[in-house]
Amino acid sequence: MKCRKCDAKAVINMRQHRLALCRDHFIEWIVESTARFIEKYDMFTLDDRVLVAVSGGKDSLALWDVLYKLGYHADGLYINLGIDGGFGYSKTSLQKIEQFMSTRSDLHLEVVDVPAVYGAPVNVAAEATSHGAGKPCSICGLTKRHIMNRVAREGGYDVVATGHNLDDEAAVLLGNTLRWQIGYLTRQGPVLPASEDGLVRKVKPFCRFYERETAAYSLLSGIDYVEDECPYAVGARTIYHKEILNQMEEHSRGAKLQFYLTFLQAKEQGIFQAADDSVELTPCSKCGQPTTAAGYCAFCRLWDKVRED
Amino acid sequence: MTAKLTFRDKEFTVKHGMTIRDAIIKCDLSPEAVLPVINGELVTDDRYLKPDDVIKLVPVISGG
Repeated sequence: MKCRKCDAKAVINMRQHRLALCRDHFIEWIVESTARFIEKYDMFTLDDRVLVAVSGGKDSLALWDVLYKLGYHADGLYINLGIDGGFGYSKTSLQKIEQFMSTRSDLHLEVVDVPAVYGAPVNVAAEATSHGAGKPCSICGLTKRHIMNRVAREGGYDVVATGHNLDDEAAVLLGNTLRWQIGYLTRQGPVLPASEDGLVRKVKPFCRFYERETAAYSLLSGIDYVEDECPYAVGARTIYHKEILNQMEEHSRGAKLQFYLTFLQAKEQGIFQAADDSVELTPCSKCGQPTTAAGYCAFCRLWDKVRED
Repeated sequence: MTAKLTFRDKEFTVKHGMTIRDAIIKCDLSPEAVLPVINGELVTDDRYLKPDDVIKLVPVISGG
């Protein structure tokens, strides 16, 4: 198979776009498409300070690399969750990020060490709660969201960028649709706007790339990323939903892309407008971050409980 | 004559002559969830397997 743009051998075939590209044209396509999505969804500008949440995985490192190439002022944030999993998962993740930074000049990384700052690794914290025991994913998500917002606010960043790809978004969309979680559906999209209550704007510049494209970009760009899955993600519902969507994609090229794009289109046409149940946020009486709860936010309640135990 | 596909710690032996995509499906894997690499080079999955080919299938699914 040959590259659509030149006669070189193609390294990837994107069936949903009927587009096969060679290494150089694929890298160029990813960079240019990212710039186009950032502009299309009005994510941020060259004047904004961007905080990229980096995990050491293929998506976030690829995103940081692309934003760096495009000349954005993008700093990294690594949240050390203290996960070992028998192979030093968190430690290896940080090593990959440091390795990435060593080959690019002028990159700045903020590191938040959860066990050191809050008292325990997330998997230990999960044991202290009724809904987290054995499966720390929801506690992990809550902790990451809180820290991302805190670091962005304290550091004066305009926007937090995450490496969520289309497979991530389609899997979440499938999960929310299967349970008709209208509140979540209303909020899902490439941009979660900032709120006056103190939530920093969050964006997903890779939300229209398939997962195999972000992986291919990392491989072809020589980005060494953590290939191993988080040990606690094994058997996660999101992965199950991704597998189902991939089966659909095999039989009908573009199924995942259509699912996500038609959802965004329906949202734009106001399908969820009547259900928009925007809630008022108030500052947590402990940390000051916005919360729907009266008194302490869920994050402060969780970590207070962990430290008590 | 056969070719080999490796995926994480698994190894599959398949007949040469079929496409990588067909071989991936034959191994009960999803072509959407892996990237085929030969000698460190990414290749498209329409390539026909040659005898003694060793294809590393790089997993792409992540998240929890």
